[in-house]
Parts: sequence; structure tokens; C-alpha cells
Amino acid sequence: MKKDIALELCDIRREFRINQGFFKPAATLKAVDGVSLRLMRGETLGLVGESGCGKSTLAKLLLGLLPPTSGDVLVNGKHLAATDRKEMSRHIQPIFQDPYSSLNPRKTLREIVTLPLIVHGIGSTAERRKKTEAMLDVVGLPKRVIDSYPSQLSGGQRQRVAIARALIMRPDVLICDEPTSALDVSVQAQILNLLQDLKHEFGLTYLLISHNLAVIEHLADRVAVMYLGRIVEERTRESLFAEPGHPYTRALLDSVLTPDPRLGIPEIGLHGTFPNPMSPPSGCAFHPRCPSCFAPCKTAYPANDSIIGGNVRCHLHDTPAQTLELVHS
Amino acid sequence: MSLLHVENLRVDIPMGNRPTPDDMLHAVRGLTFEVERGEMLCIVGESGCGKSLTSLALMDLLPRNAKRSASRLTLDGIDMIGQSERHMCDLRGNRLAMIFQEPMTSLNPAYSIGDQLSEVLTRHHKVSRKDAIARAAQMLEKVGISNATERLRQYPHQLSGGLRQRVIIAMALMCEPDLIIADEPTTALDVTIQAQILRLIRDIQKELGLAVIFITHDLGLVARIADRVAVMYAGEIVETAPARQLFENPQHPYTRGLLASIPIPGRTRPGEALGSIPGLVPSLVGEQQGCAFRNRCAQAIAACAQDIPEVEQDGHMARCLFATPAPEPIRLRERARS
Amino acid sequence: MSTPTTLAINDYLPPPSSLSRVLGKSLRHRGFAIGAALLLIIFAGALFAPWLAPYDPYAQDVVLRMKPPAWMANGTWEYVLGTDKLGRDYLSRLLYGARISLFIGIAAALLSGFIGTVMGLLAGYYGGKVDAFISYLITTRLAMPVVMVALASASLMGGSLKVVIVLLGCLLWDRFAVVVRASVQQIRDAEYIASAQALGCSTLRILVSEILPNLVGALIVVATLEMAHAILLESALSFLGVGVQPPTPSWGLMIAEGKPYMFFSPWVIAIPGVALMILVLGINLVGDGLRDLILPDGRN
Repeated sequence: MKKDIALELCDIRREFRINQGFFKPAATLKAVDGVSLRLMRGETLGLVGESGCGKSTLAKLLLGLLPPTSGDVLVNGKHLAATDRKEMSRHIQPIFQDPYSSLNPRKTLREIVTLPLIVHGIGSTAERRKKTEAMLDVVGLPKRVIDSYPSQLSGGQRQRVAIARALIMRPDVLICDEPTSALDVSVQAQILNLLQDLKHEFGLTYLLISHNLAVIEHLADRVAVMYLGRIVEERTRESLFAEPGHPYTRALLDSVLTPDPRLGIPEIGLHGTFPNPMSPPSGCAFHPRCPSCFAPCKTAYPANDSIIGGNVRCHLHDTPAQTLELVHS
Repeated sequence: MSLLHVENLRVDIPMGNRPTPDDMLHAVRGLTFEVERGEMLCIVGESGCGKSLTSLALMDLLPRNAKRSASRLTLDGIDMIGQSERHMCDLRGNRLAMIFQEPMTSLNPAYSIGDQLSEVLTRHHKVSRKDAIARAAQMLEKVGISNATERLRQYPHQLSGGLRQRVIIAMALMCEPDLIIADEPTTALDVTIQAQILRLIRDIQKELGLAVIFITHDLGLVARIADRVAVMYAGEIVETAPARQLFENPQHPYTRGLLASIPIPGRTRPGEALGSIPGLVPSLVGEQQGCAFRNRCAQAIAACAQDIPEVEQDGHMARCLFATPAPEPIRLRERARS
Repeated sequence: MSTPTTLAINDYLPPPSSLSRVLGKSLRHRGFAIGAALLLIIFAGALFAPWLAPYDPYAQDVVLRMKPPAWMANGTWEYVLGTDKLGRDYLSRLLYGARISLFIGIAAALLSGFIGTVMGLLAGYYGGKVDAFISYLITTRLAMPVVMVALASASLMGGSLKVVIVLLGCLLWDRFAVVVRASVQQIRDAEYIASAQALGCSTLRILVSEILPNLVGALIVVATLEMAHAILLESALSFLGVGVQPPTPSWGLMIAEGKPYMFFSPWVIAIPGVALMILVLGINLVGDGLRDLILPDGRN
């Protein structure tokens, strides 16, 4: 059974110590505060969250770029911490958000895409050339740009190069961190189509991180919602979009502006602003903004309740027995 | 009479050292549009279409090497082309105001909110500083910021992105301008804050009867707030229509292509290929002729290489030889639930 | 946020670093063109000294000592720039002296460049304690009066060409370190570095192959500045007797040897002085030009 789990996070945590100057003690920023996720082989898991929720830190943890403060990451059943990063890079690769800074401006496309093969010592020079050209063809880039520099390409073309670089090692898992957020709408569609095609062609597993729920709905099989370093909801795509369990998810869904001129501006119903991650609210971290906040929300951190298609951390979904327990405590 | 009258606005930027015709970037190519009082006009386009340059051209804030020209550019009857810089300074912030994209850098970090807000008023009108501060507090409350007097003493770095954007909106309103140009004001904000700011802009616009030119790349946003929409491509307006008509009956192939490429929960089928527009935006350096979209358009014919006239019907304008109503108007349908 | 003048790039533009375009652009910058011309003249003079110099720079002829340049009274065209106190031809000494100056300038710049770049790379990339320590070294070095330290060290070790180069190399690295450190701090957070790390690249490969090529522009500018700096320092040291030793024809030495004759035979000091000025001016013009050409673009 372990083989079917491509990526697993076990209660992963990452804290940063923030220097507050000479007179105050250093504060602890809990960027990722106990995340457990499972990514099954061949599926796309969408991770939704706004800025400051910790999703970028999570991506770095998964790629081995940051060590976790505690908890485990398992890639194909093997512990990330115990595996040499070079070895792990053959299984899990990133695609980043900004096509303008994800490629070295001083290298040609050929050099960029061939680099992984060189680092891992794969193939002779001739074989590498062939692989690179084949890969660029797969992502839809014409041969004539292979010796160009990134500055000569458009955002969409650069993102294709980034995809080619990530896939040339035939990894199992691709961490896509906002892959289309910096692209124009028409280009976004091309890249999303490409990602979908490649997933089927190469049997990939995707972790798709995005704040854009429309993109997530289009590509993800399952969706996890992140807020202030924690997963607040994890459901199948159909069940989440049909009936969001967590009020935050509901707010995110309501914020999606579909191009329907008959509808006006949605009423989101959230109070206040994003809390300071260095002093998170007590109990459920979302309670100061939640329209459905009630008594236990301020004091007790919600347990992971099961609902249709997954689970959610919200007192609204507590069983009567759980609510009774909270009242008594 | 319309509030803002723009006719044949052009922005040219010389690319090389010598301004030869071959080296000239024609970033904005003959824009013609009007904005009525109290109207929300959305200019929508992708990167490189010239929408930001258009907003800068209206304010006369273009980079030094850019050349602006227009047959007519009037705000409430005041000619804006021939104005000296001094007179433009009198107009800016006073009769027309601008809201920029980046809330993090639009406010000067060295001055308090109160200082920056009151300065707008004292620059243009004869008011005492005390009155200006009082009005600033009023404005902050209008944009939904509580504890106004305390906020006035704070500095930009003490506020979140959403709050800063509200302050910037308040700043734009200080002198009660006739026209506000908002250049992607919500792009840098979180999705849950975006809706709040949009609602704020819309409510204030209606309450004060302001005209707003809202520039964005987000078609969904446009659908929700616009009275009228102008679609820009490669320096030109390719389609203009009242919002409802544009979305239900897009006539220009580019507009149709854009609409087909947006994933819409509940409408586009998950996993299925999204419509996309092949090719890239053409280079605007050197002389241009004909439809700029023709090498990406499935319907292009030989005649598209000549300059295309505007086809107008019932306030719906499209710059395309094929601009006729679509066989069946596109209506948003709920996807059947499995 | 893209600047308003961002083009929608199509893939038909030529590569940015094609040599002819760079040359064309550089030569249109007036300061760069003048500086480059000056340097070219001096460089050619130094390179072809054995063929250009009419005499052996060490050949002494006591009879012909202290002859003024050809255009002054008493001068002859046989010794175009006159002779010094030992009868050595000045033109020949000037040409051979150019070799010394250029050699020292380049060698010292290379050595200090190497030291400074390594320190800057480590400080910028690792941050934390490594950065704190290296910053401490930089601050210490900046607190030192360079000329005095050079003077003291050279007198202790005895002046010679080798000593001067090593000394200057070990003293002029600070600007390299500061510039490299700042640039690396900016680059370090770019996503292509994270990609390289995620690919399993070793730190060495990242520093040398991914980061360093992006610093070339800034490094060239600093190198030209430090080259000029080194040349001037060498002249100062030689002038004070702890640099290059006689009879080597260093321009600084020539100035020193001409000091007693300053008022009666001013050309003995003026000629090498002017030569030095032209060399340093040329280097500075080229450096300024490079900075103007490279930095606004951010790339080549």
C-alpha cells in the first residue's frame, strides 16, 4: 500500500525565529504548524491559501530546501530527511510562480534544461542533447529558441522551459507553486492544458498550490485549504465545491469572480484583516474573522471532523458528543 | 457632453538612439473613447496591450522619452493636451486622481497617513491644516477604516495591504475629483480582500457620482463591476460595449478567445482543455498596418491585412470585419451535476 | 510589476550579447570611447615596447645625461623625450614603465578580485555567522589607512615587484567583497537558485556556475576601478622607495628620481606624471562607461 502514496507529510512543522531588535525577545513565527497530507500517485492535490498562510514555506519543505522543525516528509515511502537531496531531486521537482526569476538570465535554454542531466551525470553529451531537444519539443517550444536566453522569451514560454527542466529527470511528483499566477489569462490556459497533458503522458502526481480557486477546480482531484500554517479543510473536489465545510473555504469560493455580468460583487462576510502570524488568535485561528464564530471557537482548537468527501477543522461540524465535551472542559 | 473625451490618443516610444520610424514602439495606437459622468468604464487587456500607458498618458505622467499625441483629450471641456506641467499639476489630485497597483509602494514610508492625506487637500485648496486633517479623518471613515484619528498618526508600514489600498482610495477622493483612474488596484491584494475593495470603490462611485476608469486584466472582475467595457489588444481598443452585451455577445475574436480560456467553476469541465489563443502578441515596433490579431485568428482572411474600420451597433463597437452577432449568444449555463 | 515600456517579446529578437551590438553600443558612449582609445595607446605602447623603444631602457650614457625633450632648447631628436640623470632614454623608459604599471594594475586587480569575490560569495550566500565574520573583516580593512599599511609592510618585507603585487592584492579586495556580497544577497532569493538547489546541485556549482555569471558586469566595473587604484598605489610606493626598486623603469620611480631636478628640469617629473594621469583617466573613463552601459540594463 505504501507504494501508492507518492508524497506524505506527517505533522510537519516549521518555525522561524524573528529578531525583534535589541529590546524585545525574539518571536517565533509558526509558518507551518502541523500539516499532515497524503498525495496519492497519479492524483492532483490542490492546496489553496492566501498570502501568509504558509504554502510557500510548505513547498520549500517538500523540496528539501528547508529542514522542518519537526515532523516527517516521505517521498515514495522514503524519509526526506534521511535521503541525500540529490537522490530526492530525481523524484520531486518544482515549478515556481515567477517566470522572470525562475530561469538564470545568463544561461541559454539548452544549458538550463540540460543542467539536471549534468548534475546527475546522466548520459553522454550527445545523449543529453537529444534528451533536451526532445523535452523542449514535448513542452511545445520550437527548436529555434533552444540557444536563446530567457530574456528573449515571453512569460508563457519561460514557464514551458521551467516545466521542461523539471520533467527532464522524469520525477514522480511535481510541486507547482502558483504556476500560472504571473501569466496572462490566455497564456494561463495554454500552460494549464500543457500540465494536464503532461500529467497523463508521464504519469505524474501534482501538488498544485494556488490562491485561484478556479484553477484549482479545473485541475485538482482533491483540495486542501490552508490558513495560518494549518490545513482547515481537505476534501474531494466535487464535495468541496458543492458544499464547502469551513467558513473560510466558503469565503474563498464566494470571492471567485466568474465573468457573469448578471451577478454583482460578492458579499464575503469576513470581518477584519489577516491576523499577525507571530501572535495567532487563540482556539481556532480563524475565529476573529469568522461570520459563524460561537463560544468554543475562541478557546478550543477544532479537531479534524469527518464530513462527506474528507474532513474539516471547524466546530460547526462537531458531533454533539464533541460539543458537549468542549462545554464541560 | 461626456466628462472625458479621448480621440486618437497615441503613445510612441523610441527604442533606439535615433527616432527613426523603424525604431519606434507604437504602444498606444489611436485610442478613441468617452467616459460619461458617474460611469464605470473598465479597460481590460493582457500585459503589453498598452492599458497602463494609456492611464499614464491621460494623466501626462509618461516616461520622459515617450511621446504622446491626440486629436482631442478633454476633461470636462478642459483641454489636457496643451496644458503646461504647472497646470497639469493643478489638475492632478484635484479634478482627476489615480490609484496605482502596488499598495506597498504607493505611500511614502517617511510620512504619516495624516500628512499624506492632508497634503493633497492643502495643495489644491485654501484650507487650514486642521480642516484638512478633519476631512482626512472623514475620508478614512468613508473608506471603512475605523479608529480614523489613530490611523492618521500611523505610518504606512503599520498597515496591511488592504488597509493601505483603502488609504490610497481615500487619498484619491480628498478633493472630490470628477474622474478616478484605477490601474489594477486589487491585483496585489488577497482574494478575500479584493471583493471588499471592489465593493468600496463601487459604492463610493455611486454615492459621489464619480467617473472611474478601471484598468485590469481580470475579465471576471470586469463582469461584476463595469458599466461599460473596452477590450484592448496591441495598443488598440478592439471592442467596446455595455458590460452585459460584451459578455453575452462578444464580437471580436480576441474577446471570444479570452472568454473561452478562463476556467469557471460550475461551467468549464474539470480536466478538459481550456480554449486558448495560439501565438504571441506581435511586436509593435515600426509601422503597423491591418488587424494586429490576424496572425492568431482562426477567421483571418487577406482583407485583414488592411486597416480595419470600426463596426458599431447599439453602442457595441468591434474592430473586426466579422463583427456580427454570434449565432447563439453565449449564456452561462450551470454544468449538469453528475 | 512590469514597467510600462515592457515589450511583448517575440522570439525573433537577436541574442542580447552579440559582440557587434555590444561594441556598437559601447563606442557610442563618448566617455568610454575616449577612455578605451587612451588605454589602447598605452597598452600598445607597453606591448610593443621592445620594437618601439629606440634604446635599451637600462643603457646609461653619462655624457648625454639630463638632455631635455626634442622640442625644447638643447634637445635633440635622437632622444625624443630627453634623458634622465644617468643618461637613459626617457621614451624607452616610459614605454617599459608602462609594462610595469599595467602588469601591476592587472595582477593586483586579479588577486584582490579573487579574494574579494570569494569572500563576497560566501558572505552573501550563507549569511548568518559567516556573513557577520566576513563583514567584520571588511569593516576592519576599511578602517585601515591603506597607504600607510602598504608602506609599513613594504618596508618590512623589502620592496620588489612581487611584494607590491601581493601586498596590493591583499589590501584592495574590500570593494569587490562589498559589491559581490550585495549582489549575491539579491540573487540568492531568486527562484532559479531554488531550482538549482532542488535539482541537487552542490553549493560550489551553484556559486560558480549559477551565481557568478550574473556578477560579471559589476565585477568588471569594480576591477577597472581597483586597477587604477593599484597603479596609483604602486607609483606612490615606488616613489617612497619601498615599491619597485631601481633600475626598473617604474613611472613612480622615475618621478622619485626626478625630484631633485624638479625646478630646473621639470620634464623629468612631468612626463611620467602625465603618463600616469592619462592611464588612470583612461581606466576611469572605461570604468564609468562600462557602469553606464551595464548597470541600467541589469544585464549585458
